[in-house]
Amino acid sequence: MARVMVMMSGGVDSSVAAALLREQGHDVTGVTLKLWGGESDSGCCSVADVEDARRVAAQLDIPHYVFNFSDAFDADVVEPYVGAYAAGETPNPCVECNRTMKFGRVLERARRLDYDFVATGHHARVVMTDDGPALARAVDQAKDQSYVLYMLGADELSRTLLPVGELTKTDVREHARTLGLRTAEKRESMDVCFIKRGGREAFLGARIPRRSGAIVDEAGTVVGAHDGIDAFTIGQRRGLGVAVGERRYVTDIAVGTATVTVGPRDALLQDRLRLRDVRWSRSPHDARAMLVQSRAHGTPALAALEGDEVVFASPQPRVAPGQVVAFYDGELCCGGGIVTD
Amino acid sequence: MPDRADHVYLDHAASTPMRPEAIAAMAPFLADHPGNPSGGHGAARATKTALEEARETVAAVCGCRPHEVVFTGGGSEGDNLAIKGAAWAARANDPTLDSVVTSGIEHKAVLGACDRLEREGFRVVRVPANGDGVVDVDALAGVLDEHTAVVSVMLVNNETGVRQPVEEIARLVRDRAPRAVVHTDAVQAPQWLDLAAATADVSLVAISGHKFGGPKGVGALIVRDGTELVPLVEGGGHERGLRAGTQNVPGIVAIATALLVTHRRRADETARIATLRDELEAGLAAQVSGFSVNGASASRVAGILHGTFDGVEAETLLLALDQQGVMAASGSACSSGAVDPSHVLLAMGMPRERALSSVRFSLGYASTRADVDAALAIVPEVVAKLRIT
Repeated sequence: MARVMVMMSGGVDSSVAAALLREQGHDVTGVTLKLWGGESDSGCCSVADVEDARRVAAQLDIPHYVFNFSDAFDADVVEPYVGAYAAGETPNPCVECNRTMKFGRVLERARRLDYDFVATGHHARVVMTDDGPALARAVDQAKDQSYVLYMLGADELSRTLLPVGELTKTDVREHARTLGLRTAEKRESMDVCFIKRGGREAFLGARIPRRSGAIVDEAGTVVGAHDGIDAFTIGQRRGLGVAVGERRYVTDIAVGTATVTVGPRDALLQDRLRLRDVRWSRSPHDARAMLVQSRAHGTPALAALEGDEVVFASPQPRVAPGQVVAFYDGELCCGGGIVTD
Repeated sequence: MPDRADHVYLDHAASTPMRPEAIAAMAPFLADHPGNPSGGHGAARATKTALEEARETVAAVCGCRPHEVVFTGGGSEGDNLAIKGAAWAARANDPTLDSVVTSGIEHKAVLGACDRLEREGFRVVRVPANGDGVVDVDALAGVLDEHTAVVSVMLVNNETGVRQPVEEIARLVRDRAPRAVVHTDAVQAPQWLDLAAATADVSLVAISGHKFGGPKGVGALIVRDGTELVPLVEGGGHERGLRAGTQNVPGIVAIATALLVTHRRRADETARIATLRDELEAGLAAQVSGFSVNGASASRVAGILHGTFDGVEAETLLLALDQQGVMAASGSACSSGAVDPSHVLLAMGMPRERALSSVRFSLGYASTRADVDAALAIVPEVVAKLRIT
């Protein structure tokens, strides 16, 4: 039996994570993070979600607490998110939240309070290997979230339990139904928790000056105008407002001039990605033959890692600067980095 | 970690256990006496009699006449009825009465009511407190004028336990803003102070049952004659038209009983609890470095010890204490249960980080020496453990 602090968002996955840990005989404490003090109705930390987590904890007969990390969340997640957009990047705030909040402050607080492990409802697994604990893909490949946990090293992994990674999502819901948990049928949250549904532009518009500019084609010919680059991301097809024959995609965003370049799908392809903040959690068998994933549920591509560069075996759709790539050796995540260009 | 204690409840300022006398008094009105006090038959007369006897009891303890007692659903409702009701009534009589004066250390029920009035066009002034948590009377005097409709300052602060100069404020208002109505949120007071003496010059006084051994969800607002209020809930004319709805007779019987028992035992209980609180305070000061008492040089009620533990997050400390069986509180819990930095401490000029390291231990009539001993065996050790690394 271990002392486990499980982070309960009020969703079905973390509810079942808590239930499984309890069934395994652990001494379990549930905590819900209040991360965002601003307005949000899709948020992971609304009063209703806290109440769901609290009720599930009561059903499981485990103590439950709320941690107010809204100051830290603002400083470590929201401000960098806004700053990244201001710099023309497309950041992944969930990754930053995992790094700085869940596996940063909460893990630290749990350690201070004598907990052996923290746990979450992420669909991923911690497996033991000859080289120590490793992050592995979830049993349910379609729901795998190891990508957003790529930053976890041996130290964090040795103190982390991810019980629902062993189940399919269907099994998770079934388990919740069997236990009669009120979160069994709860809808999955898909959005950035501090932004209202579909409101990224409004959120950013209130925080960074709107930068209007031209939309140009590959040759530099102006084909349209836009009223704010924050509405665009690399690879975007919708909402370009450009009427040309074939489908056009955003292929480049020049922040300095607020110029958005559009082009055919082929123009999005590239063979290399440059990264910053590369971190390895384990050594791969062969860094020249890794599976590289650059989207939350994207198909991984075969590539070689050469220093800070990913060299794809075949050209891949361009990835926006600021996005995360994770490196896999088979099922095991070995690390990752942030795209610079 | 030290041995776990069994249920050391040090959160009486949040809520108290009900006094046995109050439970016994309310019991017959849960099943035996179903009558609606507004009715005309025998069963109704039985509950009507109990209701009016309860009103007389509350009036006697609060130093007012029975018809000046309006039963409510608790402290927050009393504060809202008093502040909004008086402000609306004043403005209806004279549109130039458009200013409300309160303090920055009030309970959220008072601040929330004032925020609402501000959105409706009233001018709201929130006077600060000094470093010991006492409302700045000079600042308050300076903002009173012929436009002041309502002045609301609490009698005892719910976080620090610091007694506020309500009598002095009432005198100032009489001199400088004679048309203004004075309200006091006295929710934390009945266990420790003689309400009749402390609120003699105050027009509106809100109390809440569960702070002195009565039930949750029932309170009273003293509305002295000559005070005009616009009701929040309108309907069948109950409570002199100030609070429509069938009265919560079991709760009202219980709050009156609890208030009377509290009143009779107040001197003894206050002396006993002050001794326990002082021992807890002295013990923590001796055993915990970097511990400081808030409101230390102000007049504080006997039951509250509010302190700051340098370098320890209150959220972490409260969790660790809870797991050891010691139940205390910090700041004001918002509806989600998260701990926000206390607006009271911030209004006293305390830096945010220190506010987030502050904890309230509150004792009540049910507290024992064993509670204090257990707390002194556990708190210093837990604090030391949390400070390592």
